[in-house]
Amino acid sequence: MTYLGDVAALTRKDLRVELRARDTLPAMLLFVLSTLVVFHFALPGGTGDDAAYGLLWVAIVFTALLGLARAWVPEQEHGVLDGLVLAPCDRSAIWLGKTLATLAFLVAAQAVALPAFVLFFAPLDSTALAGVLLADIGICAVGSLMAAMAAAGRSRELLLPLLVLPLAIPLIVGGVGAAISPEGERYLLFLLLYDGVFAVLSWASFEYVVTE
Amino acid sequence: MGLAIVLALIVAPEDADQGISQRIFYIHVPIALTAYFCFGLGAWKALLLLWRGDERYDLESYVAIHQGTIFGALTLITGSIWARASWDVWWTWSSNQLVLFLVLFLFYCAYFMLRFSLEDGPRRARSSAVYALFGVVLIPVSFLAIRLAEDFIHPTVFTREGPQMTGTMFVTFCVVWAAVTLLAYVLYRVELAGKRLDADLRELREALG
Repeated sequence: MTYLGDVAALTRKDLRVELRARDTLPAMLLFVLSTLVVFHFALPGGTGDDAAYGLLWVAIVFTALLGLARAWVPEQEHGVLDGLVLAPCDRSAIWLGKTLATLAFLVAAQAVALPAFVLFFAPLDSTALAGVLLADIGICAVGSLMAAMAAAGRSRELLLPLLVLPLAIPLIVGGVGAAISPEGERYLLFLLLYDGVFAVLSWASFEYVVTE
Repeated sequence: MGLAIVLALIVAPEDADQGISQRIFYIHVPIALTAYFCFGLGAWKALLLLWRGDERYDLESYVAIHQGTIFGALTLITGSIWARASWDVWWTWSSNQLVLFLVLFLFYCAYFMLRFSLEDGPRRARSSAVYALFGVVLIPVSFLAIRLAEDFIHPTVFTREGPQMTGTMFVTFCVVWAAVTLLAYVLYRVELAGKRLDADLRELREALG
């Protein structure tokens, strides 16, 4: 099997597990929608659209964290990870498969959340949407590696947000900038740079995190 | 080595002719540079660990990052004092360096959380090493991000004339920098020796018990 074939098989496995168990995606959807409702009450009346865009990013990051916290749970519960590590494929394919699957969940959650945001709060233009997508890629790439690290720890649910949030700060800067700045392309470029750098780093270092 | 530090501390204020608040510059900036240096050293040792697989680098990387975090915390404290003295606020989001240090401080605190929650062994060593490498990549990326964020968070940028360093000021600055680096190095050696002793002792105890 080729590398891409391995990745596709692993992603398909994750998506199929989710389709059967329906653990993660409904939770993410419900979470992001309730967060938006909470924001309506948290924002005082007459606050500008900019504040709403900022809060949208809070919602996106925490929804992603929710999905990432569940990312390796099926593997952990059934001891699949040991099998995957032993499988005759490149280990970074495991990371890429997990990243793509998490990304699919996050994009699916946003496919509902973003229209709801437009309905409740403020319109989003194409630059803002591109910012969301690029930031999604970044947070899933970094997050799935961090989640694999945290999964080995004693308090993984507690550890993951601590590991990911400082790394996600540049993504939030890029995303909010793309949404509210008149020259949003600069922020998109920055997000692209972040995605490139951290995806390569995660791709190269995943092997060290999972092997015993 | 202690002498060098005392000397630097006495020499430094003499040259501060730009008001008393400027004096902290001699401490603050060298500490910040040393913290960067420690983080860099930690990441370098982490890279060596992943590359060569020698377990001794794990402890070296950990100790370097520990020192870096201590110096980072000192940077935040001295920076806050400086901000209070010259801008009359304890904290300002418009100082890029301070914000960057806050992000890094949070990041490296998470590093310790990660380390303490994993079980001792090669896997912990490698996970910590990977995280340390992420840290050193995060430094320039966050710096860029904070610069970019300034555009929409602070439409009016705090402009302040940087102090033009005269010859003697520059010398003082270099002396303090050397002293702080030396201090960091000594602390690094001491902590490393202590931690190694600890590990050896534990091994001996296990062998005997």
